Amino acid sequence: MARIIAGLATSHVPAIGAAMDLGRTEEPYWKPLFDGYEAARKWLADVAPDVVILVYNDHGTAFSLEVIPTYAIGVAREFPPADEGWGPRPVPVVKGHPRLAWHLAESLILDEFDLTIVNEMDVDHGLTVPLSVTCGQPEAWPFPVVPLSVNVIQYPPPTGKRCFDLGRAIRKAVAEYDDDLRVVIFGTGGMSHQLHGERAGVINSKFDRRFLDDMTRNQRRLIDMPHIEYVREAGAEGIELVMWLIMLGALDEGITEVYRHYHVPASNTATGLIIFENDAERAALAKAS
Amino acid sequence: MVDTDAFEDIPGTYLFNKDRCHEGYHLNMFCMSLMTAQNREAFLADEPGYLDRFPLTEEQRRCVLERDWLGMIHVGGNIYYTSKLGATLGRSFQYMAGAMSGLTQEEYRAMMAAGGRSIEGNRSKSEQE
Repeated sequence: MARIIAGLATSHVPAIGAAMDLGRTEEPYWKPLFDGYEAARKWLADVAPDVVILVYNDHGTAFSLEVIPTYAIGVAREFPPADEGWGPRPVPVVKGHPRLAWHLAESLILDEFDLTIVNEMDVDHGLTVPLSVTCGQPEAWPFPVVPLSVNVIQYPPPTGKRCFDLGRAIRKAVAEYDDDLRVVIFGTGGMSHQLHGERAGVINSKFDRRFLDDMTRNQRRLIDMPHIEYVREAGAEGIELVMWLIMLGALDEGITEVYRHYHVPASNTATGLIIFENDAERAALAKAS
Repeated sequence: MVDTDAFEDIPGTYLFNKDRCHEGYHLNMFCMSLMTAQNREAFLADEPGYLDRFPLTEEQRRCVLERDWLGMIHVGGNIYYTSKLGATLGRSFQYMAGAMSGLTQEEYRAMMAAGGRSIEGNRSKSEQE
């Protein structure tokens, strides 16, 4: 039986990936941001998951306005980094985990979450920047990835409640898998940012910090938060934060926050990083050691 | 019927709803076409000729040819698509965000470095009257 041992949420700003690709992480503008990711890299290397389920959004790359799947799961053997207009990022091809991905697709659809199944998909910064910030610049990514794409560009995105419930269904499906895998789930995107219109550049640190706090203190408030509150308070593109609730829903009721980092700005965006471990996993590890 | 009017009360914000998707579809798909190097070259070599491939309105064409970034949003452009035009022209997100909000890239960058645009006074149009 597989199990989800921990969850990690992080922003996926394209400029962060560019700063890494261009070797600019030590510059004064970027250093404070990247310094805050060091502990997360060490944590992830120590945890060494067998597979990561990575919740992200495609930014008009694999999908466009032609077809807008609310949820899409990648079942391929591999997912090439996309050309987003500047040429593909110089990062490794993302290896998939077809067997787990197909199991999730089957289980979730029969559990009444009607996912789109994707056999061919390029992955953009939404997926590769979270890998870069948590793994650095390896020759190959250290684990296979099951990509789960969420529409947050075309209104309406799924509700926070639906996202949280999908997380719960993922938790159940992972637990029913017939191989002994240790799984970490990533939620990505956010935090407060707006990229368009006269209000571009809006940041709401108070909202962001309360969001981080309430991931453990008051999940109900986040689950019930209406779309307009995200758009008004966290900026139009801050709606990406609903994806963090899929990660949260996939964790146990008992979780411990083990790390967080918050930094303004990364280009246009308030960058957040937070890591939770399932208490059951922590107890088992403590007992073993 | 789903009512998204309440979102229109948020200043300087254009929810990408059904109406904007419908109005801007071909504008955004023109931008999407710039995802390949070959199309980027063809566009840069002959902008009006390339735009003829897409059934754009006169105003959408004008916005593209004149680099009216906020105008594109007004006629259904979505930032994740117009940014592909930006990338083709060597313009960053920060440049486009500055242009849409009436700032130079330097001014915009300084505002972000100082903590971003404040949410205070920017939640509601009624708050700004």
